[in-house]
Amino acid sequence: MTFLDPVVQVRDLRKSYGTLAAVNGVSFSIAAGETFVLLGPNGAGKSTTIEILEGYRDRSSGEVSVLGVDPRHGGLDWKARLGMVLQTSGEQGNVTVTEQLTHFAGFYPNPRNVDEVIDAAGLREKAKTRISKLSGGQRRRVDVALGIIGRPELLFLDEPTTGFDPEARHQFWNLIRGLKAEGTTILLTTHYLDEAAQLGDRAGVIAGGRLIDIGAIDEIGGTEARVPLVRWRDAVGLVHERRTSEPGAVVAELIAQTGGEPVDLEVIRPSLEDVYLGLVRGDKLPTQPKAPSSVSNGTGDILT
Amino acid sequence: MSIFFSGASRVGYETRIYFRSPDTVFFTFLFPFIMLGIFTAAFSVGGNLGTNPDGTGGVSVGAYYLPGMLAAGMLLSGVQNLAVDIAGEKSDGTLKRLGGTPLSPFSYFMGKIGQVFVTAILQAGLLLLVARFALGIDLPTSGEKWLLFAWVFLLGVITSAFLGIALSAVPRSGKSATAVVAPIVLVLQFISGVYLQFSTLPDWMQNLAGLFPLKWMAQGMRSVFLPDSFAAAEQNGVWNLAWVAGALALWLVVGLILSRVTFRWIRRDS
Repeated sequence: MTFLDPVVQVRDLRKSYGTLAAVNGVSFSIAAGETFVLLGPNGAGKSTTIEILEGYRDRSSGEVSVLGVDPRHGGLDWKARLGMVLQTSGEQGNVTVTEQLTHFAGFYPNPRNVDEVIDAAGLREKAKTRISKLSGGQRRRVDVALGIIGRPELLFLDEPTTGFDPEARHQFWNLIRGLKAEGTTILLTTHYLDEAAQLGDRAGVIAGGRLIDIGAIDEIGGTEARVPLVRWRDAVGLVHERRTSEPGAVVAELIAQTGGEPVDLEVIRPSLEDVYLGLVRGDKLPTQPKAPSSVSNGTGDILT
Repeated sequence: MSIFFSGASRVGYETRIYFRSPDTVFFTFLFPFIMLGIFTAAFSVGGNLGTNPDGTGGVSVGAYYLPGMLAAGMLLSGVQNLAVDIAGEKSDGTLKRLGGTPLSPFSYFMGKIGQVFVTAILQAGLLLLVARFALGIDLPTSGEKWLLFAWVFLLGVITSAFLGIALSAVPRSGKSATAVVAPIVLVLQFISGVYLQFSTLPDWMQNLAGLFPLKWMAQGMRSVFLPDSFAAAEQNGVWNLAWVAGALALWLVVGLILSRVTFRWIRRDS
C-alpha cells in the first residue's frame, strides 16, 4: 500500500440474505485522512457495509480492501491498525473506566495514553466508576474511548453519539476533529445530519442497499437541492414561498413592492438534513426519477 | 511473546471480574462451602460413616463429604462458570468487541483458563482450611496423597475448563445460559457421588455417572481424603486411579476439540 492508495476501497459490494439484498452493488473509496460519512435510513445497509469492512461479516460478492487487506483475511496485525466503535454494546461492565482502558491499551503495540483518552472522552469524573454504573451516554463515551485507545489509522464509528446530550455531542466533535488533525481516516455512520455536516469531508447516501448519491458534504444532492427558499406572509395572511439563488434580490424586490418590511420573512438555506431527506424520500417513490433535485417534491418537505 | 503477556493480563482482569460478580461468587465459589455446611449439620447426628464392626476406621460426615465438595468445586469453577460466562459474553457484545481488537483468541482462553485455575485453587484451599480448622477434619499427611491430590485436581480443573468453553456454545442467549447449564451440573452432582453417597446408588446410576467426568473427579478425591478401607465401597472395590486419569484425559481431549470447533468471536452469518 502506498501513500496514494485509498485506505478503504469498495467495488460493487453485495450482500444477500436469501433473496433479500441487504447491500446491492455499493462502491466507494476513502482517501487517507478523510472522514467519510455513510448516511441512510435504518435498515438501508449501512451497518452491514461497515461490518463487512470490519471483518465481522462475509460478503456475497464484490471487492473490498481496508488498509490494503481483504477484511476476510485480516489478521491481528491488521486489527491493531483499526479502531471500531460498534453500533451496540451491552457488556456487564464490572470494571472501572480506567481499568477497562488500561486493559485494552495493552492489546495494541502503540496505544494512546489512557489518561489523555479519558480526558478527551470527557470521562475524567467517571474514571474510577464501574462501567455498569454509568448512564447510556457515558457508556457510549467509553465505547468511543476504547475505539481510539489503540491509535488507529482507520476508525469506524457506527452511530457513535446515540444517547449523547448536546454538550457531550459537541465534546465528541472536538475529539474527532483532534483525530482528523492527526491524520486518522474515519468512516462514520450517523442519523444526526448536523454531525455529518460538522465532521464529514465526503458523504454517501445509502437507501435500499444502493448508494443513491455520493460526493463532498457541501455538494451532495446537487446544487439544485441547495437553492435557498424565501418565505413571507402577504397583506391578507397568505404564505408565499419562492426558490431562488438570489434571495437578497427577491427580498429587495418584495420591499420595493410592498413598501415596507415583509411579514414573517424567512430566507432558508436547505441544510444537509433537508437535502438528505429529499434524496431518501425521492428514492422511496418509484414513479419519481432518482434525481438530486427531488427536494422539489413538495416544498412542505423541506420546511418540516 | 506478546500473546502470553496479553494472556497473563487477561487472567488478572478475568479474576477481578469473577469476584465482582455476586452470582458467580455465590453459585460457583461459595456453593461447595454451603453444601458442606448443610450436609455436616444435617447428617452428623447419625454418627461416623464407614465404621468397622470393631469401632475403628470411620470418618465424620464432614470428612466423608469433603472430597465430593472438592470435586463439585472443580466442576463448578470450570463448567458452570465458563459456560455461563462465555455464553453471556457472546450475547452481550463482549466477544464482538474483543474480536475487533488485536487480542488473540489464545490470550483470551489463557485468561479464561487461568481464571478458572486461580479461583479453583483458592476455593479448594479455603475448603481445606475450613475442613481442617472449622470442622476439625484430619487431612492426609503423606506427600504421596498430596501428589495424588495435585494431579487429580489439575487434570479435573483443566478438563472442566475446556468442557465449560465447549458447553458455552449451546445456550442461544446469555439469559438462557444459567437455565441450560445449571440443571446439567446439578444432575451430575446428584448421580456422581457429590451429594449422595456413591456406594448407595443403584448400579445403573453408577454406570451412567461413569460416562461423565465428575464421577471420576469425586472418586479421585475420595482416594486422597478417605481411608483406604473405603476403597471397598467403590465400583470393583478399588480406587482405580488409572481409570480416573484415563477418563479425565479423554474428556479433556473431547472438551479441547469441541472448544476449538465451536468457538467464534461472533455468530457468523453467510
